[in-house]
Amino acid sequence: MAVEHVDAKAGDEGGMKYLNRLPRRVVTIYLPLLVFVFVLLFPFYWMAVTAVKPNNELTNYKDFSPFWVVEPTLDHIKYLIFETSYPGWLWNTILISVAATFLSLAASVFAAYAIERLRFKGARQVGLAIFLAYLVPPSILFIPLAVMVFQLGLYDTRFALILTYPTFLVPFCTWLLMGYFRSIPFELEECALIDGATRWQILTRIVLPLAVPGLISAGIFAFTLSWNEFIYALTFIQSSEVKTVPVGVLTELVRSDVYEWGSLMAGALIGSLPVVILYSFFVEHYVSSMTGAVKE
Amino acid sequence: MTANRTTSSSIGGSRPLLARIEESRGALAFLFMLPAAVLLLLFLTYPLGLGVWLGFTDERIGRDGIFIGLENYAYLWDDDVFWLSVFNTILYTSVASILKFGLGLWLALLLNEHLPFKAFFRAIVLLPWVVPTVLSAIAFWWIYDAQFSILSWVLIEWGWIEQPINFLGDPTNARASVIAANVWRGIPFVAITLLAGLQTIPPSLYEAATLDGATSWQRFRFVTFPLLTPIIAIVMTFSVLFTFTDFQLIYVLTRGGPVNATHLMATLSFQRGISGGNLGEGAAIAVAMIPFLLAAILFSYFGLQRRRWQQGGDN
Repeated sequence: MAVEHVDAKAGDEGGMKYLNRLPRRVVTIYLPLLVFVFVLLFPFYWMAVTAVKPNNELTNYKDFSPFWVVEPTLDHIKYLIFETSYPGWLWNTILISVAATFLSLAASVFAAYAIERLRFKGARQVGLAIFLAYLVPPSILFIPLAVMVFQLGLYDTRFALILTYPTFLVPFCTWLLMGYFRSIPFELEECALIDGATRWQILTRIVLPLAVPGLISAGIFAFTLSWNEFIYALTFIQSSEVKTVPVGVLTELVRSDVYEWGSLMAGALIGSLPVVILYSFFVEHYVSSMTGAVKE
Repeated sequence: MTANRTTSSSIGGSRPLLARIEESRGALAFLFMLPAAVLLLLFLTYPLGLGVWLGFTDERIGRDGIFIGLENYAYLWDDDVFWLSVFNTILYTSVASILKFGLGLWLALLLNEHLPFKAFFRAIVLLPWVVPTVLSAIAFWWIYDAQFSILSWVLIEWGWIEQPINFLGDPTNARASVIAANVWRGIPFVAITLLAGLQTIPPSLYEAATLDGATSWQRFRFVTFPLLTPIIAIVMTFSVLFTFTDFQLIYVLTRGGPVNATHLMATLSFQRGISGGNLGEGAAIAVAMIPFLLAAILFSYFGLQRRRWQQGGDN
């Protein structure tokens, strides 16, 4: 989508290029852009540098330049892996994110198809309600949800998170998939109906294969959202064995007054890597899901 | 649409239950909606109602509450910390949103230029938004360290300041610091979504404006901005909603301190409701956020209306 626009533009732009001479472009475009990129990326660089700095360099700014590492070390990462529950938190986060994403995607596919294509009575209102549900923030739900989770006996289990994450994933995925389903021509479905296909066959054989990009977008975005979730995980989980990475790093690696910045940064870095890697493979899908949710 | 209807009604007669469900669009739609509806009604609608109810009770952790009417709200009305948190939330939201909008729009305009490695730039610019907030907030915590802050070190090296800045220990500094961290995280979202909007503006409009002698500011003011207004309205509503209900950043960086100077309504709600065990009071604080959110949603609704009108669409 976006790529096409860029190309179309590049072809048209020649006529106005004489207005932008190079020195002018350097000051008005490249310089501000570099500042933006530097500011946006610096915290990650700082995170990475701190994660591999030995402790004696870490706070000694007099003898070592803080921006560089003289003797990189893996001590912080080793400490994280072998002496804390970090691998367990990673595993929990993966498990919970994958389960919540699949649950939400499954529910959303059916809901979006029903709203968009079965056109039942009140479908538009349901669609609007889904959009409004997307706007309900976790910050006003966590207390009543905590009460519910406790009463259901889910407190301190992974199920507490797997079942509550869909509250923000289902509205988002449904909204996004509705947009994708809308773009699939009716004629295809009508042909299939005439050929005697059932609704189930239409959904699985025609609509879903055509909506694969949408499914990937929704899945990636949902996975990232559940990976990043914090307030529910902080509220519903108490024991170290079932914590997720963000909660574990914050509640267990931060001890009293001695901050071990090296291992904290290593924890933050490793906890970010899975989503960043996933993101780097699916940038276009990610961007289209982000802008799609806003644009529709 | 009409073809659907005729086909489904023309296949009649006595068939097994499954086939009959197939034929009735209502029943099929009901079945399809069921999983999502159950999840959302159970874990979204019900808790929303439960939250409102809890706000009227004195429920504590481990003890069921009884209805106490408006007592929680009356208590909050006289509570300076609550009003401080309301003030902080509004300050935080308005300053951060304005900065995010300004800087995000600027970045979007820069990225909309004809650049080498454009896709690469766009990809890395979005990183702060992708990385878990809590983890990047921990990086900011280290950047804002009272003793070993890298920012203080650089400024001292340059000779701009004498002493390390106490980023999170002083009320004003702490407010500015958390806002800066929030803006850092929010810029990519605003920039990338506005960029998507910018790319839908036809270049021929700019050419026409240039031929008419418009300066670059006039082209922005009379071509870009009006065409971008609808998407700006929506993006900013989302941005305001997320900023208003922010919790993670504050919880990591300051936990509401120093002297409650950075307490937002969400963090106060957590502190009173979960840490303090006063579920009723915490829920009341959360409910107090709803009017503000409704205002933002109504704003979004009218933004959408305007967009339809502008594009002449019938959707």
